[in-house]
Amino acid sequence: MATYQLQINGKSVSAEADADTPLLWVLRDNLRLVGTKYGCGIAQCGACTVHLNGTAVRSCSLPISAVGNKKVTTIEGLSEKGDHPVQQAWSEVDVAQCGYCQAGQIMTAAALLNKKSKPTDQDIEMAMNGNICRCGTYHRIHEAVVLASTKISK
Amino acid sequence: METVKTNRRNFLKLATATTGGLILGFNWEANATTFNVLDEATFAADNNFNSYLSISSDNVITIFSPNPELGQNIKTSFPMIVAEELEADWLRVKVVQAALDTKKFERQLTGGSGAIPHSWERLRKAGATAKQMLLEAGAKRWNVSASSLVAENGMIVDKSVNRSLSYGELANEAALIPVPTDVKLKDKKDFKIIGQPIRNVDSMEMITGKPLYGLDFYREGMVFAMIQRPKSFGMKIKSVDAAAAKAATGIIDVVTFKNNVAVVGKSTWQVNKARKLLKIEYEIDSKIESTTDHDKLFKELLESKEATVRRKDGDVDTAFANAAKVISREYQCPFLPHNPMEPMNFFAHVRQDGVELVGPTQTPDLARNEVARLLGIAPDKITLEMTRLGGGFGRRLKADYVLEAAELSSLIKAPVKLIWTREDDMGGGSYRPAVRYRFQAALDKENNLIGYKLRGVGINSGNPTREDNFPSGAVDNLLIESVEYKSSITTGAWRAPITNFLAFAEQSFIDEVANEVKQDPIQFRLALLEKVKKSPVGVIKYDIDRMKTVIELAREKSNWGKNKNVIQGFSVYFSHRSYVAQVAEVVMKDGKPVIKKIYAAADCGIVVNLSGAYQQIRGGIVDGMGHAFYGSLTFKDGAAEQVNFNNYKLIRYKEVPEIDVHFVNNGIDPTGLGEPALPPTGGAIANALYKATGKRLYNQPFIKQEALTGVSLDSKM
Repeated sequence: MATYQLQINGKSVSAEADADTPLLWVLRDNLRLVGTKYGCGIAQCGACTVHLNGTAVRSCSLPISAVGNKKVTTIEGLSEKGDHPVQQAWSEVDVAQCGYCQAGQIMTAAALLNKKSKPTDQDIEMAMNGNICRCGTYHRIHEAVVLASTKISK
Repeated sequence: METVKTNRRNFLKLATATTGGLILGFNWEANATTFNVLDEATFAADNNFNSYLSISSDNVITIFSPNPELGQNIKTSFPMIVAEELEADWLRVKVVQAALDTKKFERQLTGGSGAIPHSWERLRKAGATAKQMLLEAGAKRWNVSASSLVAENGMIVDKSVNRSLSYGELANEAALIPVPTDVKLKDKKDFKIIGQPIRNVDSMEMITGKPLYGLDFYREGMVFAMIQRPKSFGMKIKSVDAAAAKAATGIIDVVTFKNNVAVVGKSTWQVNKARKLLKIEYEIDSKIESTTDHDKLFKELLESKEATVRRKDGDVDTAFANAAKVISREYQCPFLPHNPMEPMNFFAHVRQDGVELVGPTQTPDLARNEVARLLGIAPDKITLEMTRLGGGFGRRLKADYVLEAAELSSLIKAPVKLIWTREDDMGGGSYRPAVRYRFQAALDKENNLIGYKLRGVGINSGNPTREDNFPSGAVDNLLIESVEYKSSITTGAWRAPITNFLAFAEQSFIDEVANEVKQDPIQFRLALLEKVKKSPVGVIKYDIDRMKTVIELAREKSNWGKNKNVIQGFSVYFSHRSYVAQVAEVVMKDGKPVIKKIYAAADCGIVVNLSGAYQQIRGGIVDGMGHAFYGSLTFKDGAAEQVNFNNYKLIRYKEVPEIDVHFVNNGIDPTGLGEPALPPTGGAIANALYKATGKRLYNQPFIKQEALTGVSLDSKM
């Protein structure tokens, strides 16, 4: 066990964990930031997606020892009031069914739009294809990403 | 978790925090709905009211949603129905997930697409009763007749003198009005909330990552646990060497019970790592099976002399003996795991004086009763709090994981959160059963369908047929039978049980028969329905007109057969009281078929929430398509060969075609929508792919079939 100083959602926090503990479980078990979900543990489903210095990463496969002082953003820190354009779009389009995968979907979409505010359909496809939604909300995911893009571009 | 825990004491606090107001308790008995106004004392003492609606004097309307929410959107739809009849301002309605209380709630489960059909009238009456009492309270206040007042948008309005009072302002007085025994429900054409697209009530919590699901539940002082179960069905523990696991960092204990070795520790990750250090020897306990054995087995069962007859009309032997032509086809499907995105988990705290259970379940009542039996205590010593479910698909109809958590907590005498990994989930059982069907049709010289036989054989499948479903009733000589093989591989209900595959097989077969007699596949089905209508044979459990209507609607909306640039396949199915017809549209690109679009025409009666209804149709189709193409769980020596998403594929974003949804607007009371859109999809796609490639798909997953060699599902191509 070691103590790690982490930059999470704009705050410096410390967490005690084994070096190989995935960031996902530090977020959940240590810091009780439970918006980031466990789905597969092998970076296949995207439910655990967070931002590392603005880039979407799979927190289930990122050991805590590799995080260093890079800035981690989780769904809880995407905006202060839940009003990030992607969050707004997700709510307006009423994307979720069970909702479990949606934090990961939102974080993936937010990272995409952060890099490219007007993505092509192909860009969206490339980004969102890594996130599984077992309820099959893909049509609305597409709609919400497009809507968020218009909100950001305004 | 703040708002989810709602035992009676919490509810009282919630409902009466603002000095009383109206609390209406109501019963959902099988034949009648009764209501009572409750004050705090009777409320606390009473056990006979199974749902509540409260209006506080500060004008907050609280409606309890008693059923588990797993994405079918019940937590939004139930209150919408109450609010409609109440004429409430939807923005002031607060929805609370009720805890398990079988004295208060009837049918507190999620399954069988049955929640809305079951509760529809009761919820409407609840809203209408409260509204009537508020009208009478207003009449009393102003000393006018109640019939001169109207209720609208959360207000009682006297239009003659242009005055109004909010429900909250009248709530205390309404509580003193005797409960009317006979209330008028709204004319359906006046619905303002029902039928609208209403946003999910948990939307904000979901998009901001608030704790909602079982896995999000943490309790100070709880320990974490994972269980190593035998990797092979049919094996049992011979010996356990837990020394290395026990010595690992953060591990508190290793406990063996039944066929389980539980590793208990201070964090999920430590437990997960330590579990890999267990050295467990297993020995054979019962049958050890492989998929290759099952393939042989199916052929034997199809020839077995001992079948259970499910339905017999007329004389099939004579019909088949006299047939000018017999068509015989077989269809097979594999086991499927449910794979809800949130794996199984549950919190249990077994104390001296009672048991606390918290987590995701579709059947809280069953879970509690089974835990009571396991621990030898009375069910009323157990509280069960339902979290939101990260999907269910039937997996959480079983309480195995709840029992594991409870048993472990009782052994280690500590509050414990039991977590299954994805590997545990996919390898741990309760699958959609593997099934094979043989369909046979006898045609006379004029190509009339004079005989029909179906034999369904399956592994732990129960009855894999739906013997009173279409086309039963349309054929004079018909035999439907089944054979079940008892296996050590566990199976259970999987979204649209049985029909999730049976519909594909049947609708493919009917298409093939239509093709054989050179009739348009839609016309062929309509003709069969016409025959049922004119001269039904035996019992039929489907509504001919409702089925006909969705067929015709799908035909119209898809421009069936009129667009020369696309290739279309048709399918229709009745399941769980509702009717869905689908047309799949394929285009050829570089000599390969691409599925571009699916049209769906659905009759689920009145649509409660248009937004949720679209989701159920589209989601059901995506689910049906994904599993028809990719879903396959195979076994070797009793163990699942695919246990995570690296070698078990679920459908993804770029593979879904456009889906065009249409509802039949017939004003029938709602008949359910959680499952019925899934069954027709595989058949519509297979029938379109046949037209496109000339090859029939007989087995799932499609992607392993020769007809689809080299085909990509990328619909965006």
